[in-house]
Amino acid sequence: MSNLIKTAEELLQNKKVNLVIGYEKGTGSKTRPVFIRKTEEASKLVFDPEMSQNLAVYLLRPEVKKAGKTAFVATVPALRSMLQLASECQIKDRDLIAIYVKDDQNTLLFEDFKSVETFLETASTGFKPEEQELLSKLLAMSTQERFSFWTTEFEKCIKCYACRAACPMCYCHRCTTECNQPQWIAPASHPLGVLEWHLMRAMHLTGRCVNCGECATACPVGIPLNLLTYSMMESMEAEFGTKPGMKADTKYALSVYKPEDKESFIL
Amino acid sequence: MSNGNIYMPNLMRIEKITEEAPFVKTFRLKFEDEKVAEEFSFRTGQFGEYSVFGEGESTFCIASSPTRKGYIECTFRQAGKVTSSLARLDEGDVIGFRGPYGNIFPIDEWKGKNLLFIAGGIALPPMRSVIWNCLDTRENYKDITILYGAKTVNDLVYKNELEEWKNRPDVNLVVTVDPGGETPDWKGEIGFVPTVLEKMKPSPDNTIAIVCGPPIMIKFTFPVLEKAGFKDDMIYTTLENRMKCGLGKCGRCNVGELFVCKDGPVFTKAQLNSLPDEY
Amino acid sequence: MAMEIERKIYKNSSPDAIVERLLKAGKKVTAPVRSGKTVDFREIKSPSEIEYKTLTTIQSAKKVAFPKVDRVVEFEVLKNSVNTLEIDFEAYPEQVLFGARPCDAAGFVPLHAIFNWDYADQFFLKRYEKTAIISFACSTADEYCFCTSVGGNPGNTEGSDIQITRTGNDQFLVEIITPKGKAVSALFDDLLVPETEKTEKEKFLSDVPGAFDFDKVYNKLSSIFENPVWEEQASRCLGCGACAFVCPACACFDFQDEKSLKKGSRLKLWDSCGFSGFTIHTSGHNPRESQGDRWRQRVMHKFSYMPHRLQVRGCTGCGRCSRACPVDMNIKEHISQIESL
Repeated sequence: MSNLIKTAEELLQNKKVNLVIGYEKGTGSKTRPVFIRKTEEASKLVFDPEMSQNLAVYLLRPEVKKAGKTAFVATVPALRSMLQLASECQIKDRDLIAIYVKDDQNTLLFEDFKSVETFLETASTGFKPEEQELLSKLLAMSTQERFSFWTTEFEKCIKCYACRAACPMCYCHRCTTECNQPQWIAPASHPLGVLEWHLMRAMHLTGRCVNCGECATACPVGIPLNLLTYSMMESMEAEFGTKPGMKADTKYALSVYKPEDKESFIL
Repeated sequence: MSNGNIYMPNLMRIEKITEEAPFVKTFRLKFEDEKVAEEFSFRTGQFGEYSVFGEGESTFCIASSPTRKGYIECTFRQAGKVTSSLARLDEGDVIGFRGPYGNIFPIDEWKGKNLLFIAGGIALPPMRSVIWNCLDTRENYKDITILYGAKTVNDLVYKNELEEWKNRPDVNLVVTVDPGGETPDWKGEIGFVPTVLEKMKPSPDNTIAIVCGPPIMIKFTFPVLEKAGFKDDMIYTTLENRMKCGLGKCGRCNVGELFVCKDGPVFTKAQLNSLPDEY
Repeated sequence: MAMEIERKIYKNSSPDAIVERLLKAGKKVTAPVRSGKTVDFREIKSPSEIEYKTLTTIQSAKKVAFPKVDRVVEFEVLKNSVNTLEIDFEAYPEQVLFGARPCDAAGFVPLHAIFNWDYADQFFLKRYEKTAIISFACSTADEYCFCTSVGGNPGNTEGSDIQITRTGNDQFLVEIITPKGKAVSALFDDLLVPETEKTEKEKFLSDVPGAFDFDKVYNKLSSIFENPVWEEQASRCLGCGACAFVCPACACFDFQDEKSLKKGSRLKLWDSCGFSGFTIHTSGHNPRESQGDRWRQRVMHKFSYMPHRLQVRGCTGCGRCSRACPVDMNIKEHISQIESL
């Protein structure tokens, strides 16, 4: 932690950045996002690898963009989110400094996309044990069983949109569900409205979701939403060979065409 | 509202549709249920929630005067989902109406005073109700002056009634269009409403000013009235916030602790001064 | 409705037998039910479904009288006319909310104030009329609880019809508070015995230290509308609706029409003032542009506007919003900070 604080203090002191987004101590054993603008506030910074939300969700906020050069404490999923946002032309190279916390004494600073890409080549992104267990169970189910699993989970959904709010890739100024001419997705949280919402969201995240798991963590009623979007990512990788968030210039497979693309569904 | 369902609209049939201006229409509406028609009453300034069943509701003031019985009128501009659906309806179609909601223009308190009505663009409809209410009880008031402006000649609403008001000896009507909005045969004023108002040198003596218009017009009109000596409790205006229930429950339209649907939409400038900038 | 509270003793290790009686009498019973890691209110068919070992539930119990989706108008659009169909308010079932906490029961007080203000919303009132609330007093609390700072306490009977307090391994104090409670208790009166020696209820309640003074906060709020504290506190807020939806006192709603061919309905749905589009005009103008504006509205509404206009507190100190918030917007902490401004 002390190295993290030192790093942040230096960045602010030397005016390399105007804002550091990191984590501070929250209620009980929680950590929560914090926005540090003054050098003396950097001492608030903590890091708990078990409780680190994806801070990339704040990168496109108007207040953050207005702040100018910003540094943020990035976990591996957050680094991938950053590169995916770059691929989608939402951030420019060298606009941000990513701070990766290895341990108490060691932090890595990434000042450009290339350094992040190199780092990610050897970084691991995996599931928590209980998520892996559930995922294996899901993959072993028949289509009918799997549909039944999800519809049971969705009964709990209250359409609070915490999943959308916590997701760095859900940055649309006007979400599909807010378009009302026509009303593509029923706003109500009845079974049809809930199903439409989650299926639409999974589709819109196909090939973009880096599986940070924030949607599931943020969900107040505990629906394992990241497993839904994860399956889409696997399909994309299998069909088109692309993995989101590994490079800053990934072309989105669903909006480009290569002559080698398989068209087995037509031929 | 037969069994107490406060959200149940009354059915109304569209009797007449008038195209006022591009994308602006007036509906003349009659209640389907004769009993409701007989019992219905409202006061000037109040609004209603107009439904297109299957699309939703939209909030408009009642643009006709309570002195005219047997029908109500609303004027709206096609802007979003519900207004676009309304715009596609024909005479004879049925819509829903909930109301009247909101507070009123206190015209009883204005008896014996001069009235200065200032309106811009699509904000003439809320004023039209109170203007006609006052004209229909003309003996209650002293001088009545109406200043109305729109972007272009084509954008002026209630063109027939403007003619009527122009020809009345007991009304002083000034119509203006924005510079560049005039046609070659335009005989009215040319200039923004606040500018024309300043030229008119309005007197605050025993006068109530009623101002309705787009925020930018109001922003520049208030200082003109202030400079002319109008006190804040002599200036009335209406606020429009996004509404759903119209009756103080859905929590959407509040400005500070006041609800536009219950404590408004009519407010005095004195009241506005004490409200936070949440509108 | 202020009848003398009747105190009785129930000698058993668990309230299951009481629930059996309620179910047998045909009541719809809603109680805390565990589903994996989360506990929430659900309709139960047997007392074995109830999770007793929980401090609280994720969501409040407001859905028993204010459901997340409610049909308020049903219609049929014909060629030249429209038929509207009446909702039968008398068809709502007799129900019991079992195992609510005092902060849940107290939440129905502001809800009732909003839905009965000037116009009477029968969708809420009729359901509420048919709901008996049996609450459990709290023997534990966590760091999110602050009922004592908002006029409540772990044994508060406000809003409850019956309250059950565990006073031993095989003993409970049963307080029958309202006439509605008395009517429901008739279903299991034979399971109760009179209280022979006065139970010191406070001994069995958890300690919830006060965090702030409500009146001080109420007064402070009238002068800090333009204070930068709102933007500061809301900087991490994501603008989701979790806090409003889990809150027992939040009642903001939306109307949405649905139609398929000729038939359709107008639905009343939970909404949140924290959503960016809550107040947006069709023109695109938004009176509450920033998240700080929206956070300020939440606090003002609950701690200033509602107390002033409806003489009720808009918060019961249950702490659900803070537990559910993905970024730990701890309202107790925020309000304490506001108090000390």
